[in-house]
Amino acid sequence: MSTRIETEGSSTASTKRSYGPLAGPTRWIDDRIGLAGLAKKQMRKVFPEHWSFMLGEIALYSFVVLLLSGVFLSLWFDPSMVEVEYQGAYAPWRGVHMSTAYASSLDLSFEVRGGLLMRQIHHWAATLFLAAMLVHMLRVFFTGAYRKPRETNWLVGLALLQLGIVEGFAGYSLPDDLLSGTGLRIAEGLMRSIPVVGTYISFFVFGGEFPGSDFIPRIYVAHVLLIPGILLGLITFHMLLLVYNKHTQWPGPGRTNDNVVGYPLLPVYMAKAGGFFFVVFGVTALMGALFQINPVWAFGPYDPSKVTAGSQPDWYMGWLDGALRMMPALEFTVFDWTFSLNVFLPGVALMGLLFGVLAAYPFVEQWVTGDKREHHLLQRPRNAPTRTAFGVAGITAYGLLWISGGNDIIATTFGVDFYTITRTLRILIFVAPVLAFIVTKRICIGLQRQSAETVLHGRESGIIMRSPDGAYSERHVPLAPEAAYALTAHDRPDVAALPPATDHNGVAAPHNRVQHARARLSRFWYADDRQKPTADELEQAHAHGHDDEPAPELDSAQEFQGVNELGLPRRH
Amino acid sequence: MRALSTHRRHPLAGVLVLLLGLVAVGGLYSALAPRTAQADSAGADAELVAAGRELYLVGCASCHGLNGQGILQSKSGQYGPSLIGVGAAAVDFQVGTGRMPMASNSQQAPRKEPFYDDAETEQLAAFVATEFGPGPAIPGSEYYDIADVSEEEVTRGGEFFLTNCTACHNAVGIGGALGGGRYAPSLEGVEGVHFAEAMITGPQSMPVFSDAVISPEDKRNIYAYLNEVQTQPASGGFALGGVGPVGEGLAGWVAGIGSLVVFAVWIGKHSVRARKP
Ligand code: HEC
Ligand code: HEC
Ligand code: HEM
Repeated sequence: MSTRIETEGSSTASTKRSYGPLAGPTRWIDDRIGLAGLAKKQMRKVFPEHWSFMLGEIALYSFVVLLLSGVFLSLWFDPSMVEVEYQGAYAPWRGVHMSTAYASSLDLSFEVRGGLLMRQIHHWAATLFLAAMLVHMLRVFFTGAYRKPRETNWLVGLALLQLGIVEGFAGYSLPDDLLSGTGLRIAEGLMRSIPVVGTYISFFVFGGEFPGSDFIPRIYVAHVLLIPGILLGLITFHMLLLVYNKHTQWPGPGRTNDNVVGYPLLPVYMAKAGGFFFVVFGVTALMGALFQINPVWAFGPYDPSKVTAGSQPDWYMGWLDGALRMMPALEFTVFDWTFSLNVFLPGVALMGLLFGVLAAYPFVEQWVTGDKREHHLLQRPRNAPTRTAFGVAGITAYGLLWISGGNDIIATTFGVDFYTITRTLRILIFVAPVLAFIVTKRICIGLQRQSAETVLHGRESGIIMRSPDGAYSERHVPLAPEAAYALTAHDRPDVAALPPATDHNGVAAPHNRVQHARARLSRFWYADDRQKPTADELEQAHAHGHDDEPAPELDSAQEFQGVNELGLPRRH
Repeated sequence: MRALSTHRRHPLAGVLVLLLGLVAVGGLYSALAPRTAQADSAGADAELVAAGRELYLVGCASCHGLNGQGILQSKSGQYGPSLIGVGAAAVDFQVGTGRMPMASNSQQAPRKEPFYDDAETEQLAAFVATEFGPGPAIPGSEYYDIADVSEEEVTRGGEFFLTNCTACHNAVGIGGALGGGRYAPSLEGVEGVHFAEAMITGPQSMPVFSDAVISPEDKRNIYAYLNEVQTQPASGGFALGGVGPVGEGLAGWVAGIGSLVVFAVWIGKHSVRARKP
């Protein structure tokens, strides 16, 4: 009984003994469902704070916007391929025969009150949803948040990303305008490029020859019901896992691998999150109101015999389109089968490669580094130079594919030849990621050195001292202990030693080859890092030369206001 | 206005008004009067041809040759194709859109401010059509007079445009890239005659759409369609350059995610401070 009274307070209003008008109904519900006990615990759940932890929230909120605006659109959109003669408001197409789907998209844009705004909000929200997922994934990647025990959530996240892309593509295909049809044609080409079974897959998916009249109704069901349903389920699972695993945090005073420091879900975090929801909604609505997106009326109804210059997919498919544009011709026939590797490799195989690598990465890293411990503290990107370098190399390749996807637009906008762009990109796609890897790794190691330097000798004060005998030196301000802690609160990784060539009996050890590879990889991973200063180093640094300097007037310890999550002192 | 009203009764006022009226009517007439087709070069005024020859020798012969035979490669690096049989339409298009005389030896002569005025263009066209063999004449207003085109005709024009032109010029006529540094230019604001001439003469990489392929009437319908599309009110807001998903993606990332990240940083900053009394 007592638990019930307590929970009642926390579930009706934030103050405890306020028996508001809701007390009766909530008690009635709680008597029957009894969630309040659970809720009470979860309400106090603590979330750490950092701006980068809100990137996932952007994805979440734009998903909500997608659901809301999507429901509106589904009230008017008619996913039918029945041919009609358009007699609506958009004059240039009046009298043209088109699918009901396209006609109802035109009606939505020109005749339904608020329809165009909703269409645009929906499309912008989709753009933001996928972009937010991607930056959220990058934040998880670069901070090492995917490490044990969060690998599962990383995989769930990847599934969300893939489904999100499919969902977006399905939506882009629905209006049956020239652009969406062209996109579908490419998707069909990808299916057909799968050796041997491709044609069967395509016939299966489209219910016969492309485009047919089955596909739009089919993809409509997937777009409004199937995929959102799975997304919703997976997002719930993602959030439950998040609560179960707890959120990671940046190292700092009082924040260890075994606790979580932050705000309780209620009221602080909820208020903040609620506010942020409206910010996301507001930005999406503003974009929908101000910026035109996917003007389907301009493209005309789809007709497989037509195409328009500047056909492009939405940005999240742009990289694939770019890969297709970049690929040289490579097609051959064996017996009766045509192998279109020029489509299969950049289309299907590349997609598999990207998501395969992303899914495998946490496990590969674990195997190479031999690090099987749980990690609840995030890593600064500089403290994992190899990972950061891999990430930047990946971003570089992705960016080049993007450029390739927009090669015609870039060619006309900047007045360059697009063959030149394509030829350059064919080389860069192999060279640039390697360069990016090397450069990033060096930069990270440089930053590590700088951090170590700061820990050992303090921060540069910008004050130049002249000694009596005329020598100049810069005075360093010693680091406050809190700041030094934040800078050094990460593990010192150990490089795997080469396994002995023989076991203790002098017989050649069986797993040697694998272990050798691992040891070499581990060296590649870590050997160049500047490890954080040891206690010895620290002592030496403090002992040397400081006593003959006058005590610095700038007492950093007094000014010190704590550190932010990057370990930098916060000053006011 | 004061000046106008005080001089209103001046003895010469009537003459002035008459003069102004004449000039206006003359100007209007020369702007609106249908151009006479110059198909039969024999009928072209010999004076025009003579004046055209002068202009040609100075401005064009260096690239196209004294007899219009074309110069494929010369020491100065300038060259031009043969003008034999290109006809008045090609000259009017090339010179009227400022493409000729070509300024620099680039892949494709870009559209620019015309170098010659209308009279000179006419002279050049007459000269080339007379001297270098007959070719397509400058099209008459039936190719581009869209004053009384019906709605069905506009729609029909749209279908022709989508079938024949969008592959290069894009669905709303903003143009697109072709290989080798060439491009299909934007069709925005192209004058009616030049629009028709482009189809008739097929400049550069553009195919010729002869009257047998697309009738004069349908050429006019295409023009009408494009005019209609480009004068439609901009539904949905700022068009982001009209380049489609590339512009949209850029806007989504820069304006959308960009501003949201700024908000996130801002919120993150503020609640940390709130913790400290
Ligand atoms: C700098 C060299 C140069 C000069 C000067 C020049 N042209 Fe050209 N012209 C070219 C080149 C190159 C082409 C072909 C490329 C193109 O059409 O963009 C061409 C194409 C043409 C064509 C199109 C031919 C066809 O097959 O349709 C016409 C007509 C033409 N020029 C007329 C003229 C006239 C009239 C002048 C003088 C006012 C002139 N050109 C001056 C270089 C020149
Ligand atoms: C194969 C691609 C291609 C197709 C198809 C094509 N064009 Fe073009 N078009 C071009 C190119 C290239 C130019 C530029 C020629 C030049 O600058 O010498 C051009 C130029 C033009 C111009 C002149 C624009 C200006 O800036 O003065 C007009 C008008 C035009 N095209 C209309 C059309 C119409 C109408 C159709 C369809 C009936 C069409 N084009 C089909 C490639 C194409
Ligand atoms: C529908 C799309 C997604 C939504 C709505 C979403 C939402 C969230 C939210 C709100 C958080 C907690 C706050 C944060 O750390 O940002 C989170 C954490 C997490 N997400 Fe996602 N996410 C999505 C997609 C992804 C993707 C694509 C990945 C990676 C492949 C991913 C991996 C993770 C991981 C590993 C965590 C735990 C991070 C930590 O504890 O530090 N998520 N997600």
